[in-house]
Amino acid sequence: MYGLGIAKGMIVTFKHLFRKPFTVQYPEEVVPRGSRFRGYEFTWYEDRCTGCASCAKYCPLGTINIVTHPEGDPKQGMDYAIDIFDIDTGRCMFCGLCVEACPYEAIQAGGPLDDATYDFESLYRDKHKLTEMAQEHLHGHDFTYPNGKQAPQPDEKPLHIGLPVERDRTR
Amino acid sequence: MDWFYELWPKLGEAFRGWLESALPDSIEGWVIYLVLGLLSMLVIVNLPIVGVMAMIYMERRLLGRFQNRLGPNRVGPFGILQPVADAIKIMTKEDIVPNGVDRIVFNIAPIVMLTPILLMFAVIPYGGDTFLTNLNVGILFIVAITAVDTIAIFMAGWSSNNKYALFGAMRAVAQLVSYEIPLLIAILGVVVITGTMNLNEIVAHQSSLPLILFQPLGFVIFFVAISAELNRSPFDLLEADSEIIAGFHTEYSGMKFGMFQLAEFAALMGYSAVIATLYLSGWEGPGLPGYLWLFVKVFFIFGIFVWTRATLPRLRIDQVMALAWKFLLPLSFLNVAITAVEVVVWENGLPEWLIPVNIVIGAGLVAIMHRGLNFQGQTRQVVPSGPERLAAINRPVGGGTE
Repeated sequence: MYGLGIAKGMIVTFKHLFRKPFTVQYPEEVVPRGSRFRGYEFTWYEDRCTGCASCAKYCPLGTINIVTHPEGDPKQGMDYAIDIFDIDTGRCMFCGLCVEACPYEAIQAGGPLDDATYDFESLYRDKHKLTEMAQEHLHGHDFTYPNGKQAPQPDEKPLHIGLPVERDRTR
Repeated sequence: MDWFYELWPKLGEAFRGWLESALPDSIEGWVIYLVLGLLSMLVIVNLPIVGVMAMIYMERRLLGRFQNRLGPNRVGPFGILQPVADAIKIMTKEDIVPNGVDRIVFNIAPIVMLTPILLMFAVIPYGGDTFLTNLNVGILFIVAITAVDTIAIFMAGWSSNNKYALFGAMRAVAQLVSYEIPLLIAILGVVVITGTMNLNEIVAHQSSLPLILFQPLGFVIFFVAISAELNRSPFDLLEADSEIIAGFHTEYSGMKFGMFQLAEFAALMGYSAVIATLYLSGWEGPGLPGYLWLFVKVFFIFGIFVWTRATLPRLRIDQVMALAWKFLLPLSFLNVAITAVEVVVWENGLPEWLIPVNIVIGAGLVAIMHRGLNFQGQTRQVVPSGPERLAAINRPVGGGTE
């Protein structure tokens, strides 16, 4: 019978009227992303960073710029003081190699996703801006790092002050 | 509640009374008549423009729901201000006239497109006493005046100096002219039953039963033909955006493009009202006043248009033409012949037991007629291979012997 196919198709589309729409209202709702999702901005925790510059060495595009100098009492064990730590996010391709390279999990992917700016210069982030973003993330996520570990509460001592004293690096 | 049912005539009467008392006696009567006529025309012209906004919003929301999405819901509550934002956007856009177009024709084509559509609303009855003119050939007037749109589309396509616009215009002429014939003959069925072309009298004839019950086949033919006339999917070949960019209005921008869109949706609204008037007993209905009933029916029919658009894919041009000439045209002739026989046999009105009989006859005719509609093997040409192919390619044009 001519037209039955059309009638069947019309019934199929009519059933679609009563389905739940798939639309995700983006600024209010966010699609849940997988744990391997790459594309978050980086958060960098100055209290975890030792200044070893592994991330800068592994970065294929050279977007991370780090300048350090040795500091502290040699008998207590010297640290690297971080003078400059910049990430040029405008050149970053979000490969995530720096995150894998960091031995102290100081740089982690998991910052904001909707990080559009009007100004290209503002994509160049120095350590103050990165620390600000990292603290924003910590305060917004109940002091949990993007990798799921618990961060110290703000009134606790920072990690690098509590380095083991018995480990004498001068010997 | 009486004023609610006869709102517009009472408003007109009240305004005329106020005008007669306010103006000095030296003013002649025709001035009042002219002012009243111009005001009524203002209402009628603004009706499709407001209605088009509602229809665009409804189409986008409903199409979204058919496709499991939400549709526009950001501008205003539930997105109802989205067509307003679109209108403001389209009016503030730059109006580009490309180099090489025929300027005069290019500029008047949108006006020629929109004007007949607005005229169409003059004869549609919105209620017992609510109409602009009581034309005794109303339905003929509507069909004749909207046929001018074919010329407007061809003017737009030809003057644009663009091959895609010309493709769209050529398709439009072929399609619109073809589908006007089954459309008219389907209307003839209604005219034969009611014995009048006056839309008010056609509505009055349907006060007990809507004519779709006596004309099921005619309704189907009318609906398919009007879908093609209004460039609705699945017949939207003349602005098929995946093949020819936007068809005849490829080169248009700004408010000229807006006028084409406006004309398209206003025609959709007007012809939905015509379908409601011819087949669904127009403004007649229980409870609500006539003008509200008509718009309930208009938006119901428009919902069916959106539903078909969400369902059916676009046809090829040869399928479109075959459907018109091989299927709808013979069916419409058969429909009007059967209707004429029924009207002659039962002179004092058609009996009610004819309703299921008519539905069975319509379904049977469709089942028989579709055998003549063979889409396969119509446009395929057997291309020879090997040396025959070379010979076929090198054969002189015109089929002459070497």
